[in-house]
Parts: sequence; C-alpha cells; structure tokens
Amino acid sequence: MEDLYQEIILDHYRNPQGRGLREPFQAQVHHVNPTCGDEIDLRVHLEDDNGVMRVADVSYEGQGCSISQASASVMYDSLAGRTLDEALEALGRFQEMVQSKGEIAGDEDTMGDAVAFAGVAKYPARVKCALLPWLAWKDAAMQSMDDVPSMDDVPSMAGVRVEGESNG
Amino acid sequence: MSVAISPGTIDVRRVREDFPILDRSVRGGGRLVYLDSAATTQKPLAVLDAERDYYLTSNAAVHRGAHQLAEEATEAFEGARARIADFVGARADDVVFTRNATESLNLMAYAFSNATAKAAHGAPLPPGAERFILREGDEILVTEMEHHANLVPWQEVCSKTGAILRWIPLTPDGRLDLSSLSDLVTDRTRVVSFTQQSNLLGTINPVAPLAQAARAVGALVVLDACQSIPHMPTDVTALGVDAVAWSGHKMLGPTGIGCLWATPETLASMPPFITGGSMIETVTMEASTFAEPPKRFEAGVPMVAQAVGLAAACDYLDALGMGNVAGHEASLTAYALEGIADVPGVTIVGPADLVDRGSAISFTVDGVHPHDVGQVLDSSGIAVRVGHHCAWPGCRAMGVPATTRMSPYIYNDTDDIDDFIQALGRVRQVFGEA
Repeated sequence: MEDLYQEIILDHYRNPQGRGLREPFQAQVHHVNPTCGDEIDLRVHLEDDNGVMRVADVSYEGQGCSISQASASVMYDSLAGRTLDEALEALGRFQEMVQSKGEIAGDEDTMGDAVAFAGVAKYPARVKCALLPWLAWKDAAMQSMDDVPSMDDVPSMAGVRVEGESNG
Repeated sequence: MSVAISPGTIDVRRVREDFPILDRSVRGGGRLVYLDSAATTQKPLAVLDAERDYYLTSNAAVHRGAHQLAEEATEAFEGARARIADFVGARADDVVFTRNATESLNLMAYAFSNATAKAAHGAPLPPGAERFILREGDEILVTEMEHHANLVPWQEVCSKTGAILRWIPLTPDGRLDLSSLSDLVTDRTRVVSFTQQSNLLGTINPVAPLAQAARAVGALVVLDACQSIPHMPTDVTALGVDAVAWSGHKMLGPTGIGCLWATPETLASMPPFITGGSMIETVTMEASTFAEPPKRFEAGVPMVAQAVGLAAACDYLDALGMGNVAGHEASLTAYALEGIADVPGVTIVGPADLVDRGSAISFTVDGVHPHDVGQVLDSSGIAVRVGHHCAWPGCRAMGVPATTRMSPYIYNDTDDIDDFIQALGRVRQVFGEA
C-alpha cells in the first residue's frame, strides 16, 4: 500500500497546486469516472508564444479520491507553463507509466513528482483515477487549439494534433 | 462491545468449509475477509458441483432434440425452475429466467414501451395488455434510493412514451419519506417500482403501504428484491405486488442468471422483450405468434447450468434456514454498527439503528475519500465496495459523492467484523487525519 500512497502523493492531496477555475481559457471540459463518481472540471489556456504553442494555464476543480486529486495537482505542476509539445510528451510518459502494470518505473529527472504514481500501475482499479485529470487536460487542450489567436499561422500544429490524438 | 450475539444460529466455521475461496490469501499473504456480498456472494462447493455435474452427465440444448441427453437437460432445467420458484413461494410457470436482475427489470420496463409502441399502430397485443399502454402524462413512480437498474430503464420508458418519472424522496437517515405519498401516487400513476432493501443504505422499505397505495389507483407494482431474497424468508405471492426481480449471484448462485416472478395475469398480458428462437408459437415470413409465459420471455438457448447451480444454492440456503440466515445477519449487523460507532470520524450513511435495516452498511470517513478507505482496508485483506454503488442519485440525496460499504453474509463471523473495525481504525492515520 505504501507503493500507492507515497508521501509525495499525500502531500499533493493535502496541498493541491493550481486548484481553482481561472480566466482566461479557450476550452473547459467536465470529465467523470463513471464507476466511482470522481469528477473534474478543467480549463486550458493556450498561448501562441512567438510561434510556439504554450500551455499558459491549466485550472481545475474536482472531487474524488486522493489518487485523482493528487494527480490533478501533479498534472498542473507538470504541464502549466510548458510548450504544448513538452506537455504532450509529459502526458505520454505519464500514461505509459501508469498503464504499464508496473513494468515502467518512470524517470524522476524528466517526470518530477509524477513518478510517484508508478505504484498506481499495480492497482488496475486506480489507474483510471490517476489518468482522469490528464485525459481531461488532453481533451481541453485539443479543443483549445481551434481557438488560439494566430493558430492558423503555425504550420507545425497540424502534426501536434495528430500526435496528441494517437495517445488516446 | 456490548452487543449480545445470539448463539450459533449458523455454524460459520462449518459453512466456511464449503467456500474454499475464503481460505486464499490476498495482498502478499494476508487473510481474506470478504465483506462484499451485497455486490456478489461467494459460491459453495455444492453449487459448483451441481453445475459441473450437469455438464459432465446431461449437457444438451433444452426443449428440443429427440435424444436422452436433451430430455435430461430439459428435466434439469425445468426442475431447477420449480426448485427456485419453491424457494420464493411461487409456481414454476410464473418464474422467468433472465441474465440478471437488471434484465428482469428491463423486461418489465420494455413491456410498457413495447406495448405502447405496438398500440400506436394497431399491432397485435396479448389480452390484457392495455395496462401496459402508456399515454403522454402518465406517471411512473420510483424512489430516490433505487439502483440504476431500477431507474434508468424507467427513464428510458418515459423518454419513449412521454410518461413522467416521479420519485419518493429520502429522509436524512436514508429512509423513504412517505409524507407526500398521497401526492406522488395519483390517478395518472401506472407503475410503482421500488427496492425492498437498498443496496446503498441497507434500508428495508415498507412494501405493504406502497403496494396498497399503488393498487388503489390501479398501478402495477414492481419490486426489486436483489438485496432482500438472499437475506430473509420470502413469499413473493404474499407481498401484494405484481412482479419481483432478483439475481442468482447475490444468493450463492452462479453469475449469468436472474429471475423475474410475476402474477400469471401480469405475465400473460405482457408482450415479449427479447425475441427469436424458443419464444415463438408459430413463425411465417410475415409475422409470428408467441409462446405462453415463461417461455415467451426466454428467447434463445437458456442458461441451463446456471439454473441448476441456482437451484443448488436454494437447497443450500434452505438447509441453513432463511430465518437463521436473517438472524445471523441481524446479529452481525448489530455488532458491526456498534463497532463502527466507536471508530472516531466514521459516519454511517443510512439507518444507524437496527429497525428495518439489512446488513449492507455504507459509511464515510472524515477527510478520507471512500476509494482510499477501501484501498487501506484492502491492504489488510478486507474486501469492501467503494463508489456510488450504482445508486448515484441516492448518494447525492444523502449528501455524499460516494461511500465505502461493508456487507456480511452467512460465511462471516464476528472475527471478520473485528478485523474490519481494526483496519477501519487505521484509515485516518494513513492520511494524517488522526
């Protein structure tokens, strides 16, 4: 059980980072885990930063177990401020780790606090809890891309969209 | 704890010998304490043996075939129906086999939407089917504590027919608030469908006054007995209702079989639900006519082995005595309620006393989400259920997003409850709440 409830996870659960819904945003999503009722409302604000798409803010409100709530906090720390490419890579690494049934331990240097969720992979019923906020972010980010000013001027975005879709 | 346990109405040590799964270890060597029987019960060897014996000796497609095995299989299947019917005080012909109780309740719901759709363009209906034809503004009454299986099918009926769904609200301690019953049961009420015992709250509902109120306006009464038939003596014909749905796997039987009992007049007047082979009388390219109940509602090759297994489960429970089962559970429930009350920061969701209360006990722990409570208990080998228990509106009504639920049965004893209480006491420490 200590695998699952690592101190980092409990810290994020008690002191969530980035919580609360904020303006501005391009897209807001509501995701639920229908088997247990965990819920999250999440907003994404993307900015065109001199031709590079950046995750200017991720804001959220939710209710659920320690795993889903701590995961939302870690997601905020991992994704807010990153370029969209970096954020999608971080999502990919996180998803690969928690769905690996314990095969992939995760790399602390690239993943930071998110590696604490490696233990979740051994508890199949909890993987959905950990993924809920991340997949909500992905959904909102994909929706946001249609509404970012000067978005159409960035040819590389088409490729990012495809890569993002393939993660789902 | 001060609760006096009535001595040995069930010899749990002896019973546990019939359930080898209870001897396995979990989570790295810990003893399994199975307290999730409201979700599904474990199966005794007698049930497993009966299924295996059927496959070893008599397996064949029932109700067809000119060979000895087919005869034996048919006899096993219809014999099982008679045994299961007898367990609930019914005639064999009034018991329909389904996949599960969800399908049993859908069978009732679809009788309404199918009859309404057929009547709209003059298609043939069985005599007496008028009571299943809904008009816009007709009302269907359920309760706020229903399992989704007794809620969503009725929502669907409403969306197909223009009927209106109404529900009986809950009191703060998780009982039906019957103060407005006379406003909720109207001359437009066509169905009243409710649970005899809540899977979320443990509440045992008063069947008689609800059934009487429904009957007074000519409404059909459907009872979800999933959480009652496994736990108390039941005579479905004495309940004053038109139909009763329950599942096999919550009463020691196999998965894949549920039952629907209904009065002969009710079954005879219902159009079919799932259609195809075995449920017909004659078939031409233009149209078909349908078999008498129960076969009208049993399309395709049925779940013979599961019926045989469920009949063996009825034998097993009757050998224990359903009165003894109820007494044993009442003792464990009293013991558990008192133990839980002594754990700081734990709140019962549902009746906290023993009046009209079954053995499923939902609770919350201050500052700790129900999922996390279940996970900590699991680390001590204690199997409980977490979440909304397929009764999401009931959770909302009780002001909780979810609960943790323990539900003992015939193979649990006070040692199991002690282990549960002890582990429950550790939950808040893990999360730094105590």
